[in-house]
Amino acid sequence: MSLRNNRAVLLAAAASVLLVAGLALALFWAPEDADQGFSQRIFYVHVPIALTAYACFGWGAWKALRLLWTRESRYDLESYTAVHMGVIFGILTLVTGSIWAKISWGVWWTWSERQLTLFLVLFLFYCAYFMLRFSVESGPRRANLSAVYALFGVALIPVSFLAIRLAENFIHPVVFTRDGPQMSGSMFFVFCVCLGAMLGLFASLYTNELTGKRLDARLRELRESLE
Amino acid sequence: MTTSEKYVTAAYLVVLAIVLLYVVLYSFKLSRLEREVAELTELAQRRKVA
Amino acid sequence: MTYFADVAALARKDILLELRSRDTLPAMLLFVVSALVVFHFSLPSDASETASTGLLWIALLFTALLGLGRAFTAEREQRVLDGLVLAPCDRSAIWLAKSLGVLAFLGVAEAVALPAYALFFEPVGWELVAAVLLADLGLAAVGTLLAAMAAASRARELLLPLLFLPLVIPVVVGGVGATVADDPGRYLAFLALYDLIFAILSWASFEYVVAE
Repeated sequence: MSLRNNRAVLLAAAASVLLVAGLALALFWAPEDADQGFSQRIFYVHVPIALTAYACFGWGAWKALRLLWTRESRYDLESYTAVHMGVIFGILTLVTGSIWAKISWGVWWTWSERQLTLFLVLFLFYCAYFMLRFSVESGPRRANLSAVYALFGVALIPVSFLAIRLAENFIHPVVFTRDGPQMSGSMFFVFCVCLGAMLGLFASLYTNELTGKRLDARLRELRESLE
Repeated sequence: MTTSEKYVTAAYLVVLAIVLLYVVLYSFKLSRLEREVAELTELAQRRKVA
Repeated sequence: MTYFADVAALARKDILLELRSRDTLPAMLLFVVSALVVFHFSLPSDASETASTGLLWIALLFTALLGLGRAFTAEREQRVLDGLVLAPCDRSAIWLAKSLGVLAFLGVAEAVALPAYALFFEPVGWELVAAVLLADLGLAAVGTLLAAMAAASRARELLLPLLFLPLVIPVVVGGVGATVADDPGRYLAFLALYDLIFAILSWASFEYVVAE
């Protein structure tokens, strides 16, 4: 087995251990929150997934930058895979956030939840990323366009966050509030384990996905050389 | 189970479901890759014979 | 400075083309006025002032989209873009020239839209004008880049709104906020920040968008 295979297996094993440990800790060991009770435990999945999604988009933008810098085509695949993972984690963020909103305030969606609104905007943005990729022939042109767009996405994150914050003043009064993580030590520990687990999950899925796509490309080349 | 416990469990289950869905989709991809490798090996064998 | 000479030449070409063919600008003007009329019918009678402000910004966004959709069609149809790219000028000069052209068109469209808005809905204050001017810069900068991207794709007119709308949400926030909030300065500053960030980003990355 090559070194690369070993790394993939190790990543997957580490991610699994962290994930099981994290979720178990979150459900059984973490102390009960005084205000929100049991429902606060969603925080241990929702926020790590959200942060991981940001990490995915950031990673994708980094790879995009490398592509534009060095013009090596492998970065295109890496950037695309990272954005793809980011959208998956983004969907999970929206779903878990929606469930949390339902428990906390009885509605499936609320605009006053800044993180969720930001994610919705980003989600739309990166869905358009896929539309862009699907409508351009594969090759260096598509790679360049995708890379520039991915970079714009990362620039959009802080700008959108600022915009949403400013918008609150005139769009909706902030009716729902929720205390940020003023976490106790043990809560913070569980949070970190879960964050590590989600990042590990991203790393593992990313590695596998990338290997699969590369295999696809090599098989296609092989087929062309044989036929 | 109280309502909030149900919802928390639902959130955790959604995460699990998506990850498992990914695993399923990936196994489809792997079986397709296996098939392609088999075809290409056959093509290569035929080439070698010819 | 040949860079700015190039930009001026390219921008002049676009404006002259438009003055001769007269297809994009009249369409934009007619569109924005029609949109405002439609909005009058779509707003219930007890709608607040804020609602009509929001609709004005939507009208401006879609008018911009209309103009941007045409920004690169001439080049694409006549294969001029390849020629421009091969020319010994900095690719970003193409972006700057195009953006200035789009900016000019937007300015003319708003010179009609704002009086129409004042006529149909309510008076236009200085904050709205300032916000519109600042927003124009951002819309032109980002829109020109995205229009070039869309022009390179198969989907073209379908793709441009999808790429454009998420990216300009901050502009809408800034614009509407400057009009209705008590403290317009904050929103105008935010619009300026958006313009700065995305103009620099568009200027720097345009050459990758048109390169083969």
